[in-house]
Amino acid sequence: MTRDARPPLLKRQHLLAIDDISSLEAIRILDLAERYVEVSRQTDKRQLVLQGRTQVNLFFEASTRTQSSFEIAGKRLGADVMNMAVANSAVSKGETLLDTAMTINAMQPDFLVVRHPSSGAAELLAQKVSCAVINAGDGQHEHPTQALLDALTIRRHKKQFEGLIVAICGDVLHSRVARSNIHLLNKLGVQVRVVAPSTLLPSGIGNFGVEVHRSMETGLKGADVVMMLRLQLERMTGAFVPSIREYYRFYGLNAETLKIAKPDAMVMHPGPMNRGIEIDSDVADGVQSVIREQVEMGVAVRMAVLDALSRNIPGGGNS
Amino acid sequence: MINPAKHSARRRAYVNANIVAPAQGLNGKGGILIEDGWILDVGPKVTKDSVGASATVTDCKGLTLIPGLIDMRVFTGEPGTEYRETLASASGAAAAGGVTTMIVMPNTQPVIDDAAIVDFILRRARDTASVRVAPMAAITKGLNGEMMTEIGLLKEAGAVAITEGTKPVASANVFRRALTYAKDFDLLVVQHVEEPSLSSGVMNAGETASRLGLSGNPAMSEVIMLERDLRLVEMTGARYHASQISSRHSVEVMRAAKARGLPVTCGASVHHLVLNENDIGAYRTFFKLSPPLRSEDDRRALVEAVADGTIDVIVSGHDPQSADTKRLPFAEAAYGAIGLETLLSAALSLHHNEGVPLACLVEAMSSKPAEILRLETGRLAPGAPADFAIVDLNLSWIVEEDVLRSRAKNSPFEHRTLEGRAVETIVAGESVFAYARS
Repeated sequence: MTRDARPPLLKRQHLLAIDDISSLEAIRILDLAERYVEVSRQTDKRQLVLQGRTQVNLFFEASTRTQSSFEIAGKRLGADVMNMAVANSAVSKGETLLDTAMTINAMQPDFLVVRHPSSGAAELLAQKVSCAVINAGDGQHEHPTQALLDALTIRRHKKQFEGLIVAICGDVLHSRVARSNIHLLNKLGVQVRVVAPSTLLPSGIGNFGVEVHRSMETGLKGADVVMMLRLQLERMTGAFVPSIREYYRFYGLNAETLKIAKPDAMVMHPGPMNRGIEIDSDVADGVQSVIREQVEMGVAVRMAVLDALSRNIPGGGNS
Repeated sequence: MINPAKHSARRRAYVNANIVAPAQGLNGKGGILIEDGWILDVGPKVTKDSVGASATVTDCKGLTLIPGLIDMRVFTGEPGTEYRETLASASGAAAAGGVTTMIVMPNTQPVIDDAAIVDFILRRARDTASVRVAPMAAITKGLNGEMMTEIGLLKEAGAVAITEGTKPVASANVFRRALTYAKDFDLLVVQHVEEPSLSSGVMNAGETASRLGLSGNPAMSEVIMLERDLRLVEMTGARYHASQISSRHSVEVMRAAKARGLPVTCGASVHHLVLNENDIGAYRTFFKLSPPLRSEDDRRALVEAVADGTIDVIVSGHDPQSADTKRLPFAEAAYGAIGLETLLSAALSLHHNEGVPLACLVEAMSSKPAEILRLETGRLAPGAPADFAIVDLNLSWIVEEDVLRSRAKNSPFEHRTLEGRAVETIVAGESVFAYARS
């Protein structure tokens, strides 16, 4: 694809949250991502769409898969990609998030891909910098590209969203993945359930347009997709759930519990997995699992997002 | 605490005003005659003709004249963080807001936990501030919640109450002792009502917090601390004031406690009376307050409680913060908003839009705090200090950074238009602020 002749896809400069994008915008991203799945499967993957553009990955939280996914996505599109190792930089010397961002902004990047442990951090940056900001996960708020890649994975298997039942299981309270997925799947016409002990559900979850279940027995019944969330082990010390053993007994996904869902139900997990805690290995690696495919879709979706946002950059090929 | 240097030797009169001083039964046309910083006469009989040539006369042209406001909850940066606010800069903001007495909190560096620091504040205020300043002192040394301060000496030095300001005394035992001891000195104990183990969240718990991915601070944390404290008050008989309540449940608890005859009072910040959690919008840190802004239902309950007197006092909670503490992700940003300059204007919106009687608002910001703190100000009566404000109830003004006199600019009303404001403020007979109409 050349840089000219690319119609605009998104009505925004940044991708900060799924909550404020429309279903139409989401579908356009998914359609574009399909093409990048094909591109990524070619021997020669190099595109020229972002040639000459600079992408900075600013990760204030350690992340192997999301950061490398964004890096590969940018590079396949021809962008110059730089990873900021924030732990070793000025931030640990007391510089604030905004100071760091302004410093990088002064170097004229076109994209800032940000992950930060505080909710709203991407939004704050977007108010202050001139480049396009992509939220790669902010605190317990949102992780929009994860929701898009999950939706793409689901669509490739189920062909459509309308009428599907997706059960999101586990630590919904602390999960930005769950929030973004709830918002996106709702917009796409999916019937979303959350399955978790009450201590791991955010207050007011009933108003998010989801069915709330406290047991896998009811929550997985008739589900087309079982989406497991990572249980943060550091939160396991008594305050939210009593023990790993107990959690596994009631909320772990194994071959037995998976039988409650539809026979062709897809098993998903945003990773990294705690095998034997929220998900058994035989299920994670079983025929119903699409976990590795999610990773592949991640690159394609991020290529699509970078491409779409680049069209809104002045002089970005949108003329 | 009248500062003699500021007294006016001249006899002056403000006439043709709409005087609203409900505690003195004044509500209507009249004037005020002052001399040497004191009120000589006030009421309908004070007119241009009655004072004759004996005084300089100002015609208020029908504007409203109210007692100078007493703001029971003000933080400054002096001593310790003067780059945020000094007593002088805060007093400039106060004067512009019709506030003639600021009650400053002990959360300074060093903490106001020693008679010498009370003395320092009073001397700095005398030398630099344009309005009256009275400090509350800490309940415990260093605000650590452990060792009681020298409550008697602090009172002697001029502390008007004791409080930990932004934090509660968590230990029921320490708080019980402080109440018991303070009672012997008849000193008011002021508590920030929040159960610490329940209040780690950064905004009101609920759907909005869940959507923003922010940790929630439930209203229950306030109610639990309030109910505990009320039991301790029942046990000790000390005078107790909850500095700010923020929820419907707390209103109900206070209403019941007052009906039982306990010596308790409470306040609410004007921010909690006019704003709610939805104002946080896209992580706007100027709306990050402690206690957090709560739901619209809670806000309405607070407004009703002001109208029926369950909430005694309205405060600004003035808390200057700068970019280094506010331009951060929401969870990391400091709590607090400035409010001295907008206290009256924001409170007036309750009169304009929600039918709260003006007299009720004036009482909650003048005579009630004066009564609770046993101050001689806050009333318009012969023999009282001449502290008052002339207010244009309908004057619209826009809150912008360059208009605000506070050194810090963290106002949640930034860019908003407010209706009504002080156009002249008089402290001890001296005009300390006059509004320049543009």
